[in-house]
Amino acid sequence: MLNFLLSRLLTFIPTFIGVTLISFSFIRVLPGDPIIVMAGERGMSEERYNELRAQFGFDQPLFSQYWDYMTGVLQGDLGTSFVTKKPVFDEFFALFPATLELSLCAITLAILLGIPAGVIAAINRGKFFDRALMSSALVGYSMPIFWWALLMIIVFSGILGWTPVSGRISLMFYFDDVTGFMLIDSLLSGQAGAFKSAVSHLVLPTIVLATIPLAVIARQTRSAMLEVLGEDYIRTARAKGLPPSRITYVHALRNALIPVITVIGLLVGTLLAGAILTETIFSWPGIGKWMVDSIYRRDYPVVQGGLMLIAVMVMVVNLTVDLLYGLINPKIRKS
Amino acid sequence: MSLLEVRNLCVDFETTSGRFRAVDGFDLTLNPGDITAIVGESGSGKSVAFLAMMGLLPWTATITSDVMKFDGHDLNVITPKQRRQIIGKDMSMIFQEPMTSLNPCYTVGFQIKEALRIHLGMDRKARHARAIELFEQVGIPAPETRLSAFPHQMSGGMNQRVMIAMAIACKPKMLIADEPTTALDVTIQAQILELLTSLQEETGMALVLITHDMGVVAETAQQVSVQYAGQKCEQQEVTALFTRPHHPYTAALLAALPERATTKHLPTIPGVVPGQFDRPKGCLFSPRCSIATDLCREAPPPVGGAEIGFARCHTPINLNAEETA
Repeated sequence: MLNFLLSRLLTFIPTFIGVTLISFSFIRVLPGDPIIVMAGERGMSEERYNELRAQFGFDQPLFSQYWDYMTGVLQGDLGTSFVTKKPVFDEFFALFPATLELSLCAITLAILLGIPAGVIAAINRGKFFDRALMSSALVGYSMPIFWWALLMIIVFSGILGWTPVSGRISLMFYFDDVTGFMLIDSLLSGQAGAFKSAVSHLVLPTIVLATIPLAVIARQTRSAMLEVLGEDYIRTARAKGLPPSRITYVHALRNALIPVITVIGLLVGTLLAGAILTETIFSWPGIGKWMVDSIYRRDYPVVQGGLMLIAVMVMVVNLTVDLLYGLINPKIRKS
Repeated sequence: MSLLEVRNLCVDFETTSGRFRAVDGFDLTLNPGDITAIVGESGSGKSVAFLAMMGLLPWTATITSDVMKFDGHDLNVITPKQRRQIIGKDMSMIFQEPMTSLNPCYTVGFQIKEALRIHLGMDRKARHARAIELFEQVGIPAPETRLSAFPHQMSGGMNQRVMIAMAIACKPKMLIADEPTTALDVTIQAQILELLTSLQEETGMALVLITHDMGVVAETAQQVSVQYAGQKCEQQEVTALFTRPHHPYTAALLAALPERATTKHLPTIPGVVPGQFDRPKGCLFSPRCSIATDLCREAPPPVGGAEIGFARCHTPINLNAEETA
């Protein structure tokens, strides 16, 4: 197990270097000069422009810029934002809990609904529930997220007035960050109604963000279950006279979960990095929105650092999934 | 009273290209302690008949029979819940592929103890003790440590022993062994067969051995029933069957045994078992039979009496006691 962990950690190194290279060059390939963006509509003099270029090191060759950047990164310094003048690292970790909270809630919802739905569809193959579920999964999967989000806002916030439209909590509450998770902090603050407010703000973004993962997990669970239910060991389990529920949930589901967990791992990665649309529509102050804003501002350090940190998070999630894999599948654990 | 009585069991499968009859009029009577072999080529419906009795066929199968009784239970009218109390306990089955027949996610100990808990309600300690006892009984070395092994950590022969231990865990009255040695190599085959017959002697359970290997039959069985294309074509006591087969198909199977070959080339039976679309009008074996007549090709043969081994044949052979195969 330790060897496995170490060898996986070693593969982090080339991946990490690759990610920094891509994020570093990616933003520089985009048209647009950060210094001109900074100056805004007023423009600036030639001298001031050159002075600023030298200050940020843009007059250096690309290679030495990368070298300087990497020296900083390895010392834990991702640079400071051009716009806010705050260290990228601090900004990221101030915003990341919001994204993490939303992603975790979304993936939990998707797992809690998707796996049982997939199982029930598989054991009722071809019947009404199966068909209904698979068609709605297809709809959920192909629906444009921004449109779905707007639809939800119109119905639940606009017409029914059940939930607020945007933000993480109502403005009447104020308390300091303890964990960064609004659900926990609002409870800790002890203010009446704070938790309820946090939940009501979280509901719509969670549902919207969970839609695609839910559809993917349900479909994947269904097909994995169908395959497993045809295996010889399921026949053995039936020949033992086990009740159907035990066959489904003990003997079949555990085997079927192996491919499902792979998919969940990939989904968590995309949620962390890709909640951008959802965060933008619901004005959710997470890293997705932060990244989009900084791309508009050509805020090089933020884009580079943000991309890199997101990539590291995704790598950590993947490692966790691999370890989880070993827990569920003994064949991997022992070899 | 007989332990198992089956009369005219038929199994049809609903396929996209129409109905397919996999088992056609299967009869069997089994008394406690009997060892019966069911012999036939692939596709002769031998496994399907027993899977039908166990209730393990998919929903595409339609099962009909005049009589299907096991140990006082009428399997035709039994509810799924009642059946689950019988299978795995009084009637149990082992399968062809030991490597895929055990759940890869659980230890073999877990899978054995599960049956003990469900059927006998033993507590944890009793289950553990009984599992060790069973492993010893089926000849698995170091049972204590093997209980926590996963199926992929053991050989095919060991896994088949685990399957056998699991099947006899609740002291069944009948054990169905569906080609238990086909996937194993020859030396292991002999060990497994020996194990099965010695367990049968110890416990006095009835043993059904489904096989296509006449050598296996000769070594183990008392009664032999030969299946062809879903029908039983002959049933005899084992020595009688080997010395005086009455159905040409049985004779051809015996002639194909390497031990019995007298010529340089091993005799074979030309052609294959008829499938869904090429079922002959008359005797199902007629297209491959060396002594088939026009009558054989036109009309299905009747089932003969006990004196000719219930042979389903228009022209049964070896009718005089002096003749031998």
